[in-house]
Amino acid sequence: MIPGEFDYHSPQTLAEAISLLVEHGDEAKILAGGQSLIPAMRFRLALPGTLIDINRIDGLSYLREENGHLLIGAMTRESALEESDIVQSKYHLLADAAAVIADPLVRNLATVGGNIAHSDPANDHPAVMLAYGATVMAAGPNGTRRIAIDDFFTDLFENSLEENEILTEIRIPTPAAGTGGAYLKLERKVGDYAISAAAVQLTMSGGTCTAARIGLTNVSPVPMRAKNAEQALVGQTLTDDVIEAAGQAAAAECDPSQDLRGSVAYKRDLTRVMVKRTIRKAMERAN
Amino acid sequence: MTVYHDPNKPRHVDDRVEVKHPVPEGASAKVETTEQIAVTTPPEVCGMGHRMKRKEDPRFIQGRGQYVDDVKLPGMLYMDIVRSPYAHAKILDIDASAALEMDGVLAVITGKDLEAHGLHWMPTLMSDTQMVLPTEKVVYYAQEVCAVIATDRYIAADAVENIFVDYDPLDAVVDPFKALEDETIVRTDKEVQTNRIWHWEVGDQAATDEVFANAKHVVKQYMHIPRIHVASIETCGMVANYNPATEKMQIYMTTQAPHAIRTVFALVTGLPEHKIQIISPDIGGGFGGKVPVYPGYVIGAVASLLLGKPVKWIEDRSENLQADSFARDYHLEAELAADENGKLVGLRVNGLADHGAADAAANPSKFPAGLFSICSGSYDIEATHVNFDAVYTTKPPGGVAYRCSFRVTEAVHMIERLTDMMAHDLGIDPAEYRMQNFIQPEQFPYKSATGWEYDSGNYPAALKKAMDMIGYDELRREQAEKRERGELMGIGISSFTEVVGAGPAKDYDILGIKMFDSAEIRIHPTGKAIARFGTKSQGQGHETTYAQIIAQELGIPANDIEVEEGDTDTAPYGLGTYASRSTPTAGAAAAMAARKIRAKAKKIAAHLLEASEEDLEWNVNQWQVKGSPDQAKTIQDIAFAAYTNHPDDLEAGLEATDYYNPPNLTFPFGSYICVVDVDKGTGEVHIRRFVAIDDCGNIINPLVVEGQVHGGLTMGLAPAMFEEIVYDEYGTCLTGTFADYLLPTAVESPKWETGHTITPSPHHPIGAKGVGESPTVGAPPAIANAVVDALWHLGVRHIDIPITPQKVWQALRDAGVSD
Repeated sequence: MIPGEFDYHSPQTLAEAISLLVEHGDEAKILAGGQSLIPAMRFRLALPGTLIDINRIDGLSYLREENGHLLIGAMTRESALEESDIVQSKYHLLADAAAVIADPLVRNLATVGGNIAHSDPANDHPAVMLAYGATVMAAGPNGTRRIAIDDFFTDLFENSLEENEILTEIRIPTPAAGTGGAYLKLERKVGDYAISAAAVQLTMSGGTCTAARIGLTNVSPVPMRAKNAEQALVGQTLTDDVIEAAGQAAAAECDPSQDLRGSVAYKRDLTRVMVKRTIRKAMERAN
Repeated sequence: MTVYHDPNKPRHVDDRVEVKHPVPEGASAKVETTEQIAVTTPPEVCGMGHRMKRKEDPRFIQGRGQYVDDVKLPGMLYMDIVRSPYAHAKILDIDASAALEMDGVLAVITGKDLEAHGLHWMPTLMSDTQMVLPTEKVVYYAQEVCAVIATDRYIAADAVENIFVDYDPLDAVVDPFKALEDETIVRTDKEVQTNRIWHWEVGDQAATDEVFANAKHVVKQYMHIPRIHVASIETCGMVANYNPATEKMQIYMTTQAPHAIRTVFALVTGLPEHKIQIISPDIGGGFGGKVPVYPGYVIGAVASLLLGKPVKWIEDRSENLQADSFARDYHLEAELAADENGKLVGLRVNGLADHGAADAAANPSKFPAGLFSICSGSYDIEATHVNFDAVYTTKPPGGVAYRCSFRVTEAVHMIERLTDMMAHDLGIDPAEYRMQNFIQPEQFPYKSATGWEYDSGNYPAALKKAMDMIGYDELRREQAEKRERGELMGIGISSFTEVVGAGPAKDYDILGIKMFDSAEIRIHPTGKAIARFGTKSQGQGHETTYAQIIAQELGIPANDIEVEEGDTDTAPYGLGTYASRSTPTAGAAAAMAARKIRAKAKKIAAHLLEASEEDLEWNVNQWQVKGSPDQAKTIQDIAFAAYTNHPDDLEAGLEATDYYNPPNLTFPFGSYICVVDVDKGTGEVHIRRFVAIDDCGNIINPLVVEGQVHGGLTMGLAPAMFEEIVYDEYGTCLTGTFADYLLPTAVESPKWETGHTITPSPHHPIGAKGVGESPTVGAPPAIANAVVDALWHLGVRHIDIPITPQKVWQALRDAGVSD
């Protein structure tokens, strides 16, 4: 449980951090909240030659609404989501997730940006951001660019950030009228990764679902949207049969692997159940 | 009870002798049950029955505890261990040259190095042998392969990465039933090439078979009591400090049994015992996991001996979970028989114990399957036969008790599951069925078919109280209504009997050392006292409860009594703390030693009062002239006189020692009731309520008992729903961190509702029985019975623990139930 040797840098500015990334290339790892990286280093599963600690860079931790979006600074702690009136009153899906990420001790340190940049399908924010249709902002030596969340996750622990880019902000569209969201997670105990979890964002109009985005947690090698389940809902009155069909679609399109949390069959069926329950909760909130 | 040796089923541990349990007159008796805790001392004395806050807690909650890892000695070196990535492999070569070239690396110790001193193997507590470091092959995943000694903990860790071991993998033996086939032999070092370790039988087979042949009803179930780990908050570790000038080996060590360990160290290493000092400082939980000697302890001691410097070794969490002794891992094929009236008449068990690579259980020597034969539990069963085999597999050696008196948890789980199953089959309410089949209070003194003479008990009283407290009848009505609506709710009962307090010295020993325990009390001139014990608290609260026992007996305020344990240079010899034995043995010794002091105090009081001893009577804290309480000498007066004005014909001083050998074990019991709601969609089990009524005889400190029960229930919840050590087909441990080995937290734990009945032990000096393990033993079947009760109407008869959401989901879907 003792990490290998590494160099440590603590830049004061984003520009400094980026130039360190440019200098050290794939030898370097960004240290944000450290809730995934530090354990991996203690087990020597991660052996970065250089740690670039971005905790001392001012201005990366904020939550504010601007131009129809909630802007979340990459270094915003998970606990800040729980404490935010904006999040709690308008971004129910995000608020649901913030309450079930790991445990309170972890949430005090873990960051939203780190959770997404780690690109672990077992993390909660990937599914949440997929359901929101969020945008990721990335800063590199050539400036800042936007990455649509649908284009962000590329493989297990892999994403479309360049080697010399830092994730700086996440933008969530402010829910329109008639829109509701929810996140439900089944975990074996508090602090565990999900056996399966579903993030659902629905827009309802006169009893009909006009838009739906569904993200799934820990049932695929890459964070995924349940697009067939979404299609089963859009344009439909959300009857029990329609919701069941969406659940079944999600169960069929997810791609879980067997582990101590359960078999493939269990995780698929659980995904069906979680998607259905999350749809119902999102519906209630949309109306 | 018979222990015999079938020549067709070879054993490789020492011959075991026949064990019988005749107990002396009065050590088993019918005893009245009460609910009122007797308090006979004022609050300032704080004897038995007072809810005294624990004296040890201020230092723990202020971070002032002193644990092994807090020990820092000048010039101290650090040890780290290279561990095997294979469960079974030949070691072809160990190349430590790169590590030895690193600055700060002083030595790499291999099995060959230890072999030169004859220390590459060590005895286990069950007289089997276990590798300290391998010379030929490894036999479990994460086994110690060699050790690095360095000037810095970080250098030691880096050096481990620079040691290259060449392995030739062999087939792993993971399934104990497969092990029986002897295709791959784990212990090729043994004379007879077999994986079978021992065969053991208890009870009358012919009589049991006959009962079964005539029985009207039989239930039969295979169950696995899974391999689990105590996972104490503090891992194991030591600081070995050999001083070449004094030739003294001082070892700070995470051990529950410092004296026994000193003797074992002396016998294994050849060091003279007076030159070995074991200090067990504050211990962060033991639960049986700190009874055995692990290879790391021996390697660390050897390193200190060779280098002449202090060496610290502290395991990390994964090492602790992967390599230290497991608990349980019993496979049971169990049958229970009842006659035409539903009366239980027979119990038949075939068991297979998976011991891993060595029988390193921490049982009394003559009990290879521990006290499993208590398995008829709280029920009056005419005939019982238990038939057990044990095998080697390529897993870490064991097993230890995990907060349980030597395999009682396995036995209780089995009988409580079977009894519930029988009740359901007969269509009788499980509570009513238990009431019908209990050993009734008037049947005491009671001797079971396997030879146990229960000291005292009143099983109906505890169950009745639990049912009243939880509102049993109302819950059954609610369950019936919910079932109509398709909702799943279950009520589970466990009415367990424990057997603790080993033990009577004639039958109970560890490596030949009899299982007595000791207390030494010294009263200082000003009336304050120090008391030392052969046991060792790991969180049980001995500093408080032992002080209260002495306060009760002598009237010295509990706050004026310093309790010390764990230093073999100062404490009297004892076998340590495990198996709920501290109160039954050392607690009894405390009372007996105090009574010796009281007897001497009487002589001094008579001298001071110029009265004859016959005219004096004891009253809380003073000897007084009968009928004249104002003509009295308090214990404090007497203590001062013992050093300043004692009678000429009496030795000065006021102290006593007692080595207590109990005449019988104690048999704490209780009834637990658990209510669960089951989620049809996900298979989640929600524990809505849990009522625990414990009877541990007379209560020394209700607050400490409640704390013990809360902790024990949580450690019963853990294996019932969360904990299991899992291996893959290659013998690789898949649960080496707390991310995979799941410990319930406060979030997962229900609100524990506790209560008590009091049926004192007839043979214990203060009528106490011990309670630390009762809840761990009693809770799992209450939870399992509740879950099965919720699903019984769907055709579900049994679910093995840990009851995970997936197992429940599977049972539901198999029954065609979904959401």
